Amino acid sequence: MSDQDNPEEPQDQSQGLIRRFLDTPPDNVGKTVTVALGLCLVASMVVSAAAVSLRPLQERNAALDKQVNIVEVAGLYEPGMDVATAFESFEPHVLELATGEFTDQFDAYEFDDRAAASDVTLSAPLDDDPAGIGRQADYVTVYVLRDDAGALDKVILPVYGYGLWSTLYGFIALEEDGNTIYGLQFYEHAETPGLGAEVDNPRWKALWRGKKLRDDEGDLEINVGKSVTAAGPEYHVDALSGATLTSRGVDNLVRFWMSEQGFEPFLERVREGEI
Amino acid sequence: MAQTYRDMLVDPMVDNNPITLQVLGICSALAVTSSLKVALVMAIAVTLVTAFSSMFISALRSQIPSSIRIIVQMIIIASLVIVVDQALKAYAYEISKTLSVFVGLIITNCIVMGRAEAFAMKNPPIDSFIDGIGNGLGYGLILMMVGFIRELFGSGSLFGITIMPTVNNGGWYVPNGLLLLPPSAFFVIGLLIWGFRTWKPAQVEEREYRIQTVEAH
Repeated sequence: MSDQDNPEEPQDQSQGLIRRFLDTPPDNVGKTVTVALGLCLVASMVVSAAAVSLRPLQERNAALDKQVNIVEVAGLYEPGMDVATAFESFEPHVLELATGEFTDQFDAYEFDDRAAASDVTLSAPLDDDPAGIGRQADYVTVYVLRDDAGALDKVILPVYGYGLWSTLYGFIALEEDGNTIYGLQFYEHAETPGLGAEVDNPRWKALWRGKKLRDDEGDLEINVGKSVTAAGPEYHVDALSGATLTSRGVDNLVRFWMSEQGFEPFLERVREGEI
Repeated sequence: MAQTYRDMLVDPMVDNNPITLQVLGICSALAVTSSLKVALVMAIAVTLVTAFSSMFISALRSQIPSSIRIIVQMIIIASLVIVVDQALKAYAYEISKTLSVFVGLIITNCIVMGRAEAFAMKNPPIDSFIDGIGNGLGYGLILMMVGFIRELFGSGSLFGITIMPTVNNGGWYVPNGLLLLPPSAFFVIGLLIWGFRTWKPAQVEEREYRIQTVEAH
């Protein structure tokens, strides 16, 4: 606009405020501050408008992505399938961690695990916190998959914990014996691409299948590390090379969630065949 | 302007390509070219950001105080990149997860800043917009060429469609794993630059010094 001259009244003092502003040389201090503030204001409005208007779509995508991961960790996923239909074969339950019992207090389809973990009435701070999660919710949503005869096939448990840069959120699928891992998969993290983000590598994820959580004495032996522990190879998953801290995070979070602080009361019931 | 719009669009593709001639924007070219689909989305994102940021900067150019002009350019570019990132998360969630940080890093892509500073600050908005599109396409062209080679020989497919069935899936092709790793893009881009400069010798830079031949007596 300022490129145009003002042909009618070039010397008129009653020019509009905007015209006067545009004609001020850009290096004037007042103008510099005004331009900076104005631009920030406009830019922030554009950015927040985009973020707010697209949020419902993004949340739907994230919810769908979570379902895809639940179906995938249970080994039922095929590209191009109708995930919503496949997801219907999973029974969601809200589990009280301390007792290992399902509760009907909440609607399992509506229960928000993340919100619960920061809700003062539904969660408690952790003293012993190897997974680096700060507060742990008393209730979490777990998914149960049964075979055609109605017998337990797999349980899918949410796990999360801190890696190097971010909290890794994922699911672990266990066989009906409550001790054999079927799969582990993360659906949200911000680890280093190419190093820590290799937790998404199919070849690494495949290492988890068939590993055992506890030995015959009932000691929690599963671990992620550089070398096989005394417990033996069926309890060991090789760490990711170049991603020591992410691997340590995964080790901590799996061991935490499979311990007495996590799902052990529930898994004991699974092992007894009560589910 | 001596340049026509057509020149402005075509010139950055071959004669003045941001990657092969100016050697800008290499970081993202290494990171996002292991598959064509991702490379295409990245190319579109960079093209849109370059075009619109150039246009807005050009429209404001006579009002931008020179003391804070880089900051002003960055704010405009960064806002556009955030909008693109949000749109990708809403409409192409899977791809946005693969691109992860690299969408955000468009902000620091030298091509965007370079066009803003070198062209948009001195030319009218429409010219700047076309120039941005042209440079984005020039970047995209190289991205697609690198992505083509890397995906075809690295995973035996193009756009995720199997062309050469790999041994892992019961086929005959043994994929070259190196091509899936970022360093391979260095080799591919290097070979492309060599090819371009053989084809267009005018692009060869003059040596900074010459070894003199001295006659021995």
